[in-house]
Amino acid sequence: MLDRIHKAQRVMEAACESLGRQINIMEVCGTHTVAIFRNGIKSVLPERLKLLSGPGCPVCVTDQGYIDVVLQLAERDDCLIATYGDMIRVPGKGGSLETKQSRADVKVVLSSEDALQLAKDNPEKKVVFVAVGFETTTPATAVAVTEAVEQGVDNFLVLTAHKLVVPAMRALLSAKNDNIDAFLCPGHVSVITGYGAFAEIVDDFGRPCVVAGFEALQIIEGLAEICRQLSEGKAEVTSIYGAVVTEKGNVAAQEITAECFEPADGYWRGLGKIEKSTLRLKDKYSRFDALKRFNITETPGEEAKGCRCGEVLCGLIDPPQCSLFEKSCTPEQPVGACMVSSEGACAAWFKYGGIRKSGHRVSG
Amino acid sequence: METNRHDRILLAHGGGGKLTDDLIRHHILPKLKNDTLAELGDSAKLNLTSEKICFTTDSYVVKPLFFNGGDIGKLAVCGTINDLAVAGSRPVALALSLIIEEGLEFELLEKILTSISRAAAKNNVNIVTGDTKTVEAGAAEKIFINTAGVGVRLPGVDLGCERIAPGDKIIINGTIGDHGMAIISQREGIKFESQLQSDCAGIGELTCKLLECSRGIRFMRDPTRGGLAATLNEISRDSGLSIEICEGEIPINPTVQTAADMLGFDVLAIANEGKFVAIVSPESADDCLEICRNHPLGADAGVIGQVVETRDVPTVELMTRIGGRRIVQMPYGRELPRIC
Repeated sequence: MLDRIHKAQRVMEAACESLGRQINIMEVCGTHTVAIFRNGIKSVLPERLKLLSGPGCPVCVTDQGYIDVVLQLAERDDCLIATYGDMIRVPGKGGSLETKQSRADVKVVLSSEDALQLAKDNPEKKVVFVAVGFETTTPATAVAVTEAVEQGVDNFLVLTAHKLVVPAMRALLSAKNDNIDAFLCPGHVSVITGYGAFAEIVDDFGRPCVVAGFEALQIIEGLAEICRQLSEGKAEVTSIYGAVVTEKGNVAAQEITAECFEPADGYWRGLGKIEKSTLRLKDKYSRFDALKRFNITETPGEEAKGCRCGEVLCGLIDPPQCSLFEKSCTPEQPVGACMVSSEGACAAWFKYGGIRKSGHRVSG
Repeated sequence: METNRHDRILLAHGGGGKLTDDLIRHHILPKLKNDTLAELGDSAKLNLTSEKICFTTDSYVVKPLFFNGGDIGKLAVCGTINDLAVAGSRPVALALSLIIEEGLEFELLEKILTSISRAAAKNNVNIVTGDTKTVEAGAAEKIFINTAGVGVRLPGVDLGCERIAPGDKIIINGTIGDHGMAIISQREGIKFESQLQSDCAGIGELTCKLLECSRGIRFMRDPTRGGLAATLNEISRDSGLSIEICEGEIPINPTVQTAADMLGFDVLAIANEGKFVAIVSPESADDCLEICRNHPLGADAGVIGQVVETRDVPTVELMTRIGGRRIVQMPYGRELPRIC
């Protein structure tokens, strides 16, 4: 393995040398972010290769307005909130789901199926599934909705914040950060969407998009492939994730998603409103739509004062550049969403301590 | 037998009257029988071989009560034995307090008591005194257990963080994360739970053997809550020295690694219940490793790293498989499963 790493390192070094400038590569997947930190990958990269953690952590990109709706529903006596674990600490108006857990019905689930089962087990409650996540989790939510139809589970409600990765990448390059040279594309998402989904980024923006898995070696070789393209002045869509990622992806998963959901304009933390970037339930499933059932309109939320999660998500700053980082914002007492999720850039930076080459803590 | 009329614990079983007496004499004593306990005195009278003892206590509130590789009873015995063992003593006697929720099935209690009895026998300790209380339904999760333990300090053995020096080696007696992942997967209902087994075991026999055979052991600790990450950070903080561990040398069961990856957990921060970390002098490391590997609880033992001088602040660093470095932080409490 070390031979292949050294080979990849040489490719990256050569690219930095030939371009004669810093190379900025953004990963848009929280699992990549964690793998990069956990494996100490930054410590084996050339000085001039900078990794930016983009909007790839589902909890982090969820707009504050959505969080506030969840917290508002948690206050209702007739509601039971079913949520993935890492959502419960995200702070919003009047606390977080965790702080409300003692007086509100909040259950942590591992899947949409668990949420549906909660609805069946609690017929007297409206079970609101906090449906966040990218293309990877949406098919499972769609399956739960179709099962709810078949089984007549009318107290199962979905508060959807499902998001699409490619519109966010477009929005980043168009309006927020054009210093991104290339994207390391998410392996899990690509299994569903196919690597062909990233072709428009290459075609419209000329940025290389390389899909890689989550092993350290895969990530490093993915970065080397990007460097190779950049040094040769090319931009291509490539997958080095092997046979699990095809060009067209998992068609069955795409179909079940398309059966239940349609793209809609939506709010992202840090990126604002992005056209056709979120998924809402189609009209024929509107009775499962929590917003419609409770007649709530989601409005963009305000971030906590001083919180720079938005800039972190756009790759404009590293977490230590936020004045709250490690001071008033820690995993125990998070101010912003990027410190809450284990896949958030701030949490990863806090936990694994930034880049270490010399044995000293690097704070910026 | 009076209690035969009941198949569940009643509040009255903790009332100090006839039912309490029945509970103790007919359910607890037969399982844990030994001469000291049988006296049922207000205190146990112990005849120890030395005045130098270790004394500790721990409470057990694990959920689920029964898990692959153990249960709350075995855990309550082994956990306290292990605290005594890593302090450099030979565990000899335990006190057992049961706090039982009204409504607990006697069948379940019997199973737990059987497990306590087996674990105590296997580790050569007696339960010499105890207490039972009952609480109203809802005031406990079926049963909480507290154990306290006494161990006789091994002659000539003096362990302490202040004895640790740069160059010392770090040994662990086997795979990490097994207990925590077994519990979490069972709690979360994850499908591969059957392959995950807690490492719950008493390590006293092995630590005594190590301490008797080698004078090079500086310090030991059992990496329970917070896992290896917490233990190494404590050692680093208390010794003022830094620690480097090698990812490739840390024994991890592949199923545990897969389960942890799936949930987004760091195996380094996952609890163990049959492990110890030993900091040993460089020259004694090979002997210590051999002693471990010749014992069933140390078959997978390895030298996972070393103690180094501190450059800035005491730090624990991981040398990753790819030749990278990263900090191992003190875990910050409850880890949450991730989304996808």
